[in-house]
Amino acid sequence: MSKMARSKKEKQTSWQRFCTWVNGGTAEQPLLPAEPAKPKKAKAAKPKKQKAQPVRKEWMGLSRFEHIYRICAVLIGVVMVGVLMIAVLQLPLFGSPDNPSVNEVVERYVEKGLEETGAVNMVAGMILDYRAFDTFGESSVLFLAVTCVTMLLMRDRNNTNKEEDLLTAREHVIEGYEEDIILTKVARIVIPCALVYGVYVVLNGHLSPGGGFSGGTIMGSALILFAVSFGMIRMSQFFNYATFRKITSCALMVYAASKAYSFFTGANHLESHIPLGVPGAILSSGLILILDICVGIVVACTMYGFYALFTKGEL
Amino acid sequence: MEHLLINHYETAAVILFGIGFLNLLLQNNLVKKIIGFGIMDSAVYLFLASQGYIAGRLAPILVGEVANAADYINPIPAGLVLTGIVVSVSVTAFSLALIQRLYQKYKTVNFDEIVLLARQKGDE
Repeated sequence: MSKMARSKKEKQTSWQRFCTWVNGGTAEQPLLPAEPAKPKKAKAAKPKKQKAQPVRKEWMGLSRFEHIYRICAVLIGVVMVGVLMIAVLQLPLFGSPDNPSVNEVVERYVEKGLEETGAVNMVAGMILDYRAFDTFGESSVLFLAVTCVTMLLMRDRNNTNKEEDLLTAREHVIEGYEEDIILTKVARIVIPCALVYGVYVVLNGHLSPGGGFSGGTIMGSALILFAVSFGMIRMSQFFNYATFRKITSCALMVYAASKAYSFFTGANHLESHIPLGVPGAILSSGLILILDICVGIVVACTMYGFYALFTKGEL
Repeated sequence: MEHLLINHYETAAVILFGIGFLNLLLQNNLVKKIIGFGIMDSAVYLFLASQGYIAGRLAPILVGEVANAADYINPIPAGLVLTGIVVSVSVTAFSLALIQRLYQKYKTVNFDEIVLLARQKGDE
C-alpha cells in the first residue's frame, strides 16, 4: 500500500517536473540539466533570492493585472470569432463557380497562361512570370530571415560561452569516435534518392506540381539528414559559411538580373525574346526554369542554414 | 447554420484562427505563443485554399492543348498560400532565434519572468 502511494507520489513529482519542463523550466530547475553549467546558474539564482521582496510585490501586481487581462483576452477572442462567423455566413457557398473571386483575372491566367508564359502548371506560370517580383520578394524574405538568425545565433568572438564550447568540443569527440550504423547505412541509401527527387521537383516546376520552394525544401532535408548522420565536420568540408554565402547571394543575384532584364524589355509583360519552347518539355517556358532553380537553391540553403544555426550555432 | 455546415472549411478556419489567437494572448511560454502564431497561419491558408476551390473542376495544370477557364479551379489562392507559407517560416525562425537568445540571457522562456528579471537588471 505504502509502496503504491510512494510510486504514485513519485509519478506526480515526475509529472510536475515534466510540467515545469514544458513551461520552460525556471532558474532552479534548468531546461537542460545535462549541461555543465552549475556555477553560472548559481550566480544567476542568487540575486533573485536577495531581491525577493520587491519581486513578490511585482508578482502580486502582475497577477492582479493578469486576472483582468485573461478575462479581456477571452472576451476579445470570442467576439472576434463571432464577428468572423457572421462574415462566413455572408460568404458565397463553398465550391460554387459563380464565386466573385473567380473573375476575369483567373480567366486570363488560365486561358492565356500557356501562350504567354509557356508553363503547363498555371500556378508556376503565375508566381514566376506574372508575379515574379513577388516571388523575388519571398526569396529575399527567406534570405533576410537566415541572415537575422545568423546574426542572433552564430558563434563568433562576441557570442561565445565557455560551457557551450565545452559541450561542442565533447560532441565533436563523440562524432569522431562513433558512427551510428543504422543511421549511416540508411542515410547512404536515402540521401541520394532525396537529392535526386528534389532536383526532379525543381526542374519539373513548370510541368507538374512542385517548383522551387517544395523542391528546395526536399533538398534541404537531404542536407540536414547528411549533417545528422555524418556529423557537422564532414558537412563543413563541402558546405561551410563561405559557400553558403556565395551560393545564396549568387542565386538571388541571378534571379534579380533575369527579372531586371525583362523589366528593360518592357515590364508590360514578357517581350523577353526568350523562346518559350514546346509546352510540356523540360526546356520550355523561358525564364521560369532558371528562376525555379534559383529559388530552389536559396530555399535548400536556407533550410539547412536554419538547422545548423539552431543546433550548433555554426554553419 | 446550414450555411456554416456547407462552408465547413471556412468555419473550421475561423475556429482555428480563434484558438491560435487566444493561444497567442493567454500563454506565458514564448514557444507556445509561437505555436499559436503557427495555428493562426494554418487557419489563413485553409481559408484561402477553400476559397479557390470550385466543385468538379481540375487542378490548374493544363491537360491537352486548349485551355478553357471553365475546366480549372482558381490558381490565385495557391500562389497566395505559397507566399504566406514562406513568410511564416521566416517569421517563425526569426522569433525562435530571438527566444533562444532570451533563454541564454535569462535562463527561462516564461514571458512574465523575463519581464521581471529585465526590470530587476534595469534597477541595478
